[in-house]
Amino acid sequence: MSSFFSRLTGRRDASSAETAKERLKLVLIHDRTDISPAVIEVLKDEIIAVISRHVDIDRDLVEINLTQNNRESRLVADIPLINSPKKRRG
Amino acid sequence: MPATVVTITSGKGGVGKTTATANIGVALAAGGQRVVCLDADIGLRNLDVVMGLENRIVYDLVDVVEGRCRLKQALIKDKRLPDLHLIPAAQTRDKSAVSPTDMVRLADELRPDFDWIIIDSPAGIERGFRNAIAPADRVLIITNPEVSAVRDADRIIGLIEAEEKGPAELILNRVRADMVKRGDMLGTADVLEVLAIELIGLVPEDENIVVASNRGAPAALDGNSRAGQAFRNIARRLNGEDVPFMNLDESKGFFERLARLVRPGG
Ligand SMILES: Nc1ncnc2c1ncn2[C@@H]1O[C@H](COP(=O)(O)OP(=O)(O)OP(=O)(O)O)[C@@H](O)[C@H]1O
Ligand SMILES: [Mg+2]
Repeated sequence: MSSFFSRLTGRRDASSAETAKERLKLVLIHDRTDISPAVIEVLKDEIIAVISRHVDIDRDLVEINLTQNNRESRLVADIPLINSPKKRRG
Repeated sequence: MPATVVTITSGKGGVGKTTATANIGVALAAGGQRVVCLDADIGLRNLDVVMGLENRIVYDLVDVVEGRCRLKQALIKDKRLPDLHLIPAAQTRDKSAVSPTDMVRLADELRPDFDWIIIDSPAGIERGFRNAIAPADRVLIITNPEVSAVRDADRIIGLIEAEEKGPAELILNRVRADMVKRGDMLGTADVLEVLAIELIGLVPEDENIVVASNRGAPAALDGNSRAGQAFRNIARRLNGEDVPFMNLDESKGFFERLARLVRPGG
Protein backbone atom coordinates (compact mmCIF):
# COMPACT_ATOMS: atom_id res chain seq x y z
CA MET A 1 0.00 0.00 0.00
CA SER A 2 2.35 2.68 1.21
CA SER A 3 5.11 1.37 -1.02
CA PHE A 4 3.03 2.61 -3.97
CA PHE A 5 3.43 6.15 -2.71
CA SER A 6 7.03 5.70 -1.72
CA ARG A 7 7.79 4.49 -5.21
CA LEU A 8 6.09 7.58 -6.61
CA THR A 9 7.96 9.93 -4.32
CA GLY A 10 11.18 7.92 -4.36
CA ARG A 11 11.20 7.95 -0.56
CA ARG A 12 11.96 4.95 1.62
CA ASP A 13 9.25 3.85 4.03
CA ALA A 14 10.10 4.54 7.65
CA SER A 15 10.21 1.30 9.63
CA SER A 16 7.39 0.91 12.15
CA ALA A 17 9.95 1.27 14.95
CA GLU A 18 11.12 4.62 13.56
CA THR A 19 7.52 5.75 13.26
CA ALA A 20 6.87 4.65 16.86
CA LYS A 21 9.85 6.65 18.10
CA GLU A 22 8.83 9.83 16.28
CA ARG A 23 5.24 9.55 17.49
CA LEU A 24 6.40 8.96 21.06
CA LYS A 25 8.69 11.99 21.01
CA LEU A 26 5.87 14.26 19.88
CA VAL A 27 3.32 12.89 22.29
CA LEU A 28 5.75 13.15 25.23
CA ILE A 29 6.60 16.78 24.56
CA HIS A 30 2.99 17.63 25.31
CA ASP A 31 2.51 15.01 28.09
CA ARG A 32 5.50 16.36 29.98
CA THR A 33 4.62 20.03 29.94
CA ASP A 34 0.87 20.08 29.89
CA ILE A 35 1.07 22.99 27.44
CA SER A 36 -1.43 22.51 24.65
CA PRO A 37 -0.96 23.82 21.11
CA ALA A 38 -3.79 26.29 21.87
CA VAL A 39 -1.80 27.76 24.76
CA ILE A 40 1.22 28.11 22.49
CA GLU A 41 -0.89 30.10 20.02
CA VAL A 42 -2.02 32.46 22.79
CA LEU A 43 1.57 32.89 23.98
CA LYS A 44 2.67 33.64 20.46
CA ASP A 45 0.07 36.38 19.99
CA GLU A 46 0.93 38.01 23.28
CA ILE A 47 4.68 37.83 22.70
CA ILE A 48 4.21 39.45 19.28
CA ALA A 49 2.10 42.20 20.86
CA VAL A 50 4.66 42.97 23.59
CA ILE A 51 7.75 42.88 21.40
CA SER A 52 6.29 44.87 18.55
CA ARG A 53 5.51 47.68 20.96
CA HIS A 54 9.28 48.23 21.16
CA VAL A 55 10.83 46.88 17.96
CA ASP A 56 9.72 46.08 14.44
CA ILE A 57 9.34 42.35 13.94
CA ASP A 58 8.25 40.15 11.07
CA ARG A 59 5.03 38.88 12.64
CA ASP A 60 4.39 36.19 10.04
CA LEU A 61 7.71 34.45 10.66
CA VAL A 62 7.56 34.33 14.47
CA GLU A 63 7.88 30.79 15.79
CA ILE A 64 7.31 29.51 19.32
CA ASN A 65 8.26 25.89 19.91
CA LEU A 66 8.48 23.45 22.80
CA THR A 67 11.72 21.51 22.78
CA GLN A 68 13.11 18.79 25.04
CA ASN A 69 16.58 17.81 26.03
CA ASN A 70 17.14 15.15 28.70
CA ARG A 71 13.65 15.58 30.12
CA GLU A 72 14.11 19.36 30.42
CA SER A 73 11.55 21.31 28.47
CA ARG A 74 11.97 24.79 27.15
CA LEU A 75 10.03 27.24 25.07
CA VAL A 76 12.10 28.51 22.20
CA ALA A 77 11.03 31.69 20.45
CA ASP A 78 12.42 32.71 17.10
CA ILE A 79 11.48 36.31 16.38
CA PRO A 80 12.87 37.82 13.16
CA LEU A 81 13.50 41.55 13.38
CA ILE A 82 12.91 43.95 10.53
CA ASN A 83 16.07 45.98 10.02
CA SER A 84 15.54 49.68 10.47
CA PRO A 85 17.04 51.48 7.42
CA LYS A 86 16.89 54.91 9.12
CA LYS A 87 19.13 53.94 11.98
CA ARG A 88 21.70 52.25 9.79
CA ARG A 89 22.12 55.23 7.52
CA GLY A 90 21.92 57.76 10.31
CA MET B 1 22.85 -2.62 57.32
CA PRO B 2 19.09 -2.06 57.17
CA ALA B 3 17.24 -3.17 54.05
CA THR B 4 17.02 -1.18 50.85
CA VAL B 5 13.43 -0.80 49.66
CA VAL B 6 13.06 -1.26 45.89
CA THR B 7 9.67 -0.60 44.29
CA ILE B 8 8.87 -1.99 40.86
CA THR B 9 6.21 0.01 39.06
CA SER B 10 5.09 0.77 35.50
CA GLY B 11 1.99 2.85 34.95
CA LYS B 12 0.64 0.46 32.34
CA GLY B 13 -0.69 -2.92 33.43
CA GLY B 14 0.65 -6.28 32.38
CA VAL B 15 4.18 -5.24 31.45
CA GLY B 16 5.95 -7.53 33.95
CA LYS B 17 6.03 -5.93 37.43
CA THR B 18 5.05 -9.12 39.28
CA THR B 19 7.34 -11.28 37.16
CA ALA B 20 10.25 -8.91 37.82
CA THR B 21 9.55 -8.71 41.58
CA ALA B 22 9.52 -12.50 41.95
CA ASN B 23 12.60 -13.04 39.80
CA ILE B 24 14.72 -10.29 41.30
CA GLY B 25 13.72 -11.48 44.78
CA VAL B 26 14.72 -15.04 43.91
CA ALA B 27 18.02 -13.93 42.38
CA LEU B 28 18.98 -11.81 45.40
CA ALA B 29 18.01 -14.55 47.88
CA ALA B 30 19.89 -17.19 45.87
CA GLY B 31 22.97 -15.07 46.48
CA GLY B 32 22.42 -15.43 50.21
CA GLN B 33 20.86 -12.04 50.88
CA ARG B 34 17.76 -11.76 53.07
CA VAL B 35 14.82 -10.73 50.92
CA VAL B 36 11.16 -10.00 51.42
CA CYS B 37 8.87 -9.52 48.43
CA LEU B 38 5.83 -7.46 49.27
CA ASP B 39 2.70 -7.58 47.13
CA ALA B 40 1.16 -4.10 47.17
CA ASP B 41 -1.45 -4.95 44.53
CA ILE B 42 -4.35 -5.22 46.97
CA GLY B 43 -7.43 -6.84 45.45
CA LEU B 44 -5.46 -8.38 42.57
CA ARG B 45 -2.91 -10.46 44.37
CA ASN B 46 -0.61 -12.44 42.07
CA LEU B 47 2.88 -12.46 43.48
CA ASP B 48 1.95 -15.48 45.64
CA VAL B 49 1.12 -17.67 42.62
CA VAL B 50 4.08 -16.46 40.58
CA MET B 51 6.35 -17.42 43.50
CA GLY B 52 4.46 -20.69 44.08
CA LEU B 53 3.51 -19.82 47.67
CA GLU B 54 -0.26 -19.48 47.36
CA ASN B 55 -0.98 -22.50 49.57
CA ARG B 56 0.87 -21.12 52.54
CA ILE B 57 -1.02 -17.89 53.04
CA VAL B 58 -2.73 -17.36 56.37
CA TYR B 59 -2.44 -13.61 56.92
CA ASP B 60 -1.89 -10.77 54.49
CA LEU B 61 -0.76 -7.15 54.26
CA VAL B 62 -4.13 -5.73 55.31
CA ASP B 63 -4.27 -8.07 58.33
CA VAL B 64 -0.95 -6.61 59.46
CA VAL B 65 -2.00 -3.01 58.86
CA GLU B 66 -5.30 -3.50 60.66
CA GLY B 67 -3.65 -5.25 63.58
CA ARG B 68 -5.20 -8.71 63.17
CA CYS B 69 -1.77 -10.33 63.25
CA ARG B 70 1.83 -9.49 63.94
CA LEU B 71 4.11 -8.73 61.02
CA LYS B 72 6.11 -11.95 61.55
CA GLN B 73 2.92 -14.01 61.19
CA ALA B 74 2.28 -12.65 57.69
CA LEU B 75 5.81 -13.41 56.50
CA ILE B 76 5.77 -16.54 54.35
CA LYS B 77 9.01 -18.43 53.95
CA ASP B 78 9.89 -19.62 50.46
CA LYS B 79 10.02 -23.38 49.78
CA ARG B 80 13.37 -23.38 47.98
CA LEU B 81 15.37 -20.45 49.28
CA PRO B 82 15.68 -20.01 53.05
CA ASP B 83 16.40 -16.28 52.72
CA LEU B 84 13.34 -15.48 50.59
CA HIS B 85 10.02 -14.31 52.06
CA LEU B 86 6.69 -13.02 50.84
CA ILE B 87 4.09 -10.74 52.35
CA PRO B 88 0.97 -11.33 50.27
CA ALA B 89 -1.63 -8.71 49.36
CA ALA B 90 -5.22 -9.07 50.53
CA GLN B 91 -7.44 -10.42 47.79
CA THR B 92 -10.86 -9.35 49.03
CA ARG B 93 -10.13 -5.74 49.93
CA ASP B 94 -9.22 -2.67 47.94
CA LYS B 95 -6.29 -0.27 47.90
CA SER B 96 -7.93 2.19 50.28
CA ALA B 97 -7.44 -0.35 53.11
CA VAL B 98 -3.79 0.75 53.25
CA SER B 99 -2.24 4.24 53.28
CA PRO B 100 1.23 5.44 52.26
CA THR B 101 1.99 6.05 55.96
CA ASP B 102 1.07 2.43 56.75
CA MET B 103 3.52 1.29 54.08
CA VAL B 104 6.33 3.44 55.45
CA ARG B 105 5.71 2.10 58.97
CA LEU B 106 5.61 -1.50 57.71
CA ALA B 107 8.82 -1.11 55.73
CA ASP B 108 10.56 0.46 58.72
CA GLU B 109 9.56 -2.52 60.84
CA LEU B 110 10.99 -4.93 58.23
CA ARG B 111 14.20 -3.04 57.49
CA PRO B 112 16.39 -4.28 60.38
CA ASP B 113 15.81 -7.97 59.53
CA PHE B 114 16.39 -7.90 55.78
CA ASP B 115 18.81 -6.77 53.08
CA TRP B 116 16.16 -6.11 50.43
CA ILE B 117 12.46 -5.31 50.46
CA ILE B 118 11.08 -5.61 46.93
CA ILE B 119 7.62 -4.09 46.42
CA ASP B 120 5.34 -5.18 43.58
CA SER B 121 3.29 -2.09 42.68
CA PRO B 122 -0.15 -2.22 41.09
CA ALA B 123 -0.65 -0.59 37.68
CA GLY B 124 -1.96 2.96 37.50
CA ILE B 125 -1.06 6.20 39.23
CA GLU B 126 -3.59 6.21 42.06
CA ARG B 127 -3.60 5.13 45.70
CA GLY B 128 -2.04 1.71 45.13
CA PHE B 129 0.89 3.26 43.27
CA ARG B 130 1.29 5.93 45.97
CA ASN B 131 1.33 3.17 48.60
CA ALA B 132 3.96 1.21 46.71
CA ILE B 133 6.40 4.09 46.24
CA ALA B 134 5.97 5.69 49.69
CA PRO B 135 8.72 3.65 51.42
CA ALA B 136 10.95 3.26 48.33
CA ASP B 137 14.67 3.98 48.41
CA ARG B 138 14.97 3.02 44.75
CA VAL B 139 12.30 2.86 42.06
CA LEU B 140 12.59 0.54 39.08
CA ILE B 141 10.24 1.35 36.22
CA ILE B 142 9.46 -1.56 33.95
CA THR B 143 8.14 -1.18 30.43
CA ASN B 144 7.80 -3.00 27.12
CA PRO B 145 9.10 -1.67 23.80
CA GLU B 146 5.67 -0.40 22.73
CA VAL B 147 4.37 3.14 22.31
CA SER B 148 1.68 3.01 25.00
CA ALA B 149 3.87 1.27 27.61
CA VAL B 150 6.75 3.72 27.05
CA ARG B 151 4.38 6.67 27.24
CA ASP B 152 3.02 5.47 30.58
CA ALA B 153 6.55 4.84 31.85
CA ASP B 154 7.37 8.45 31.02
CA ARG B 155 4.43 9.66 33.08
CA ILE B 156 5.63 7.57 36.02
CA ILE B 157 9.18 8.92 35.67
CA GLY B 158 7.74 12.43 35.98
CA LEU B 159 5.71 11.49 39.08
CA ILE B 160 8.73 9.83 40.72
CA GLU B 161 10.80 12.96 40.08
CA ALA B 162 8.05 15.12 41.53
CA GLU B 163 7.95 12.92 44.66
CA GLU B 164 11.74 13.22 44.89
CA LYS B 165 12.08 9.44 44.78
CA GLY B 166 14.28 9.57 41.70
CA PRO B 167 16.26 9.02 39.72
CA ALA B 168 14.25 5.98 38.67
CA GLU B 169 15.96 3.20 36.71
CA LEU B 170 14.50 1.34 33.76
CA ILE B 171 13.85 -2.34 33.04
CA LEU B 172 12.99 -2.97 29.41
CA ASN B 173 11.06 -6.26 29.31
CA ARG B 174 9.87 -8.57 26.54
CA VAL B 175 12.37 -7.42 23.95
CA ARG B 176 12.25 -9.48 20.76
CA ALA B 177 15.58 -9.36 18.97
CA ASP B 178 14.09 -10.57 15.68
CA MET B 179 11.50 -7.78 15.60
CA VAL B 180 14.02 -5.11 16.61
CA LYS B 181 16.32 -6.31 13.84
CA ARG B 182 13.70 -5.96 11.13
CA GLY B 183 12.72 -2.53 12.40
CA ASP B 184 9.37 -3.56 13.85
CA MET B 185 10.13 -3.05 17.52
CA LEU B 186 11.64 -0.11 19.39
CA GLY B 187 15.23 -0.95 20.33
CA THR B 188 16.91 -0.29 23.65
CA ALA B 189 18.68 2.81 22.38
CA ASP B 190 15.38 4.23 21.08
CA VAL B 191 13.58 3.75 24.39
CA LEU B 192 16.49 5.17 26.38
CA GLU B 193 16.75 8.18 24.09
CA VAL B 194 13.06 8.93 24.48
CA LEU B 195 12.86 8.38 28.26
CA ALA B 196 16.32 9.72 29.15
CA ILE B 197 16.84 7.52 32.23
CA GLU B 198 19.39 4.92 33.33
CA LEU B 199 18.93 1.31 32.27
CA ILE B 200 19.19 -1.39 34.95
CA GLY B 201 17.77 -4.34 33.05
CA LEU B 202 17.16 -5.67 29.59
CA VAL B 203 14.93 -8.75 29.56
CA PRO B 204 14.12 -10.78 26.45
CA GLU B 205 10.71 -12.19 25.60
CA ASP B 206 11.07 -15.77 26.85
CA GLU B 207 8.64 -18.71 26.86
CA ASN B 208 10.27 -19.88 30.08
CA ILE B 209 8.47 -17.06 31.89
CA VAL B 210 5.13 -18.68 31.08
CA VAL B 211 6.39 -22.15 32.01
CA ALA B 212 7.81 -20.71 35.23
CA SER B 213 4.51 -19.13 36.17
CA ASN B 214 2.68 -22.39 35.39
CA ARG B 215 4.92 -24.12 37.89
CA GLY B 216 5.22 -21.32 40.44
CA ALA B 217 9.00 -21.46 40.12
CA PRO B 218 10.46 -18.14 38.88
CA ALA B 219 12.73 -18.35 35.83
CA ALA B 220 15.67 -16.89 37.76
CA LEU B 221 15.95 -20.36 39.36
CA ASP B 222 16.46 -21.89 35.91
CA GLY B 223 20.04 -21.65 34.67
CA ASN B 224 18.91 -22.13 31.06
CA SER B 225 16.37 -19.33 30.86
CA ARG B 226 17.53 -16.17 29.08
CA ALA B 227 15.02 -14.03 30.95
CA GLY B 228 16.11 -15.71 34.18
CA GLN B 229 19.70 -14.73 33.38
CA ALA B 230 18.58 -11.16 32.68
CA PHE B 231 16.87 -10.97 36.08
CA ARG B 232 19.94 -12.40 37.81
CA ASN B 233 21.96 -9.64 36.12
CA ILE B 234 19.56 -7.03 37.50
CA ALA B 235 20.08 -8.42 41.01
CA ARG B 236 23.84 -8.11 40.60
CA ARG B 237 23.51 -4.52 39.34
CA LEU B 238 21.34 -3.68 42.37
CA ASN B 239 24.30 -4.85 44.44
CA GLY B 240 26.52 -2.38 42.64
CA GLU B 241 28.21 -4.81 40.25
CA ASP B 242 29.00 -3.63 36.77
CA VAL B 243 27.41 -6.32 34.58
CA PRO B 244 27.33 -5.90 30.79
CA PHE B 245 23.88 -5.90 29.20
CA MET B 246 22.77 -8.84 27.09
CA ASN B 247 23.01 -8.12 23.43
CA LEU B 248 19.33 -8.52 22.52
CA ASP B 249 18.84 -6.08 19.74
CA GLU B 250 22.05 -5.72 17.83
CA SER B 251 20.73 -3.76 14.89
CA LYS B 252 23.60 -4.77 12.66
CA GLY B 253 22.91 -8.06 10.92
CA PHE B 254 24.83 -11.23 11.49
CA PHE B 255 26.67 -10.93 8.19
CA GLU B 256 27.70 -7.37 8.88
CA ARG B 257 29.17 -8.46 12.19
CA LEU B 258 30.87 -11.38 10.49
CA ALA B 259 32.32 -9.01 7.91
CA ARG B 260 33.74 -6.88 10.70
CA LEU B 261 35.35 -9.95 12.20
CA VAL B 262 37.06 -11.09 9.04
CA ARG B 263 37.95 -7.56 7.97
CA PRO B 264 39.31 -5.94 11.11
CA GLY B 265 39.38 -2.19 11.06
CA GLY B 266 36.93 -2.15 8.17
N1 LIG C 1 10.03 -11.53 29.54
C1 LIG C 1 8.84 -12.11 29.36
N2 LIG C 1 8.67 -13.06 28.40
C2 LIG C 1 7.46 -13.64 28.21
N3 LIG C 1 6.37 -13.35 28.92
C3 LIG C 1 6.46 -12.42 29.89
C4 LIG C 1 7.69 -11.76 30.17
N4 LIG C 1 7.47 -10.89 31.18
C5 LIG C 1 6.17 -11.01 31.52
N5 LIG C 1 5.55 -11.94 30.76
C6 LIG C 1 4.14 -12.33 30.84
O1 LIG C 1 3.35 -11.15 30.77
C7 LIG C 1 2.20 -11.28 31.60
C8 LIG C 1 2.12 -10.10 32.54
O2 LIG C 1 3.19 -10.16 33.45
P1 LIG C 1 3.04 -9.68 34.96
O3 LIG C 1 1.85 -10.29 35.60
O4 LIG C 1 4.36 -9.84 35.60
O5 LIG C 1 2.74 -8.13 34.69
P2 LIG C 1 2.28 -7.02 35.75
O6 LIG C 1 2.93 -5.76 35.29
O7 LIG C 1 2.56 -7.47 37.12
O8 LIG C 1 0.71 -6.97 35.49
P3 LIG C 1 -0.40 -6.19 36.38
O9 LIG C 1 -0.31 -4.75 35.96
O10 LIG C 1 -1.68 -6.84 35.98
O11 LIG C 1 -0.03 -6.40 37.82
C9 LIG C 1 2.30 -12.61 32.31
O12 LIG C 1 1.50 -13.54 31.64
C10 LIG C 1 3.78 -12.97 32.17
O13 LIG C 1 3.97 -14.35 32.16
MG1 LIG D 1 1.22 -7.60 38.83
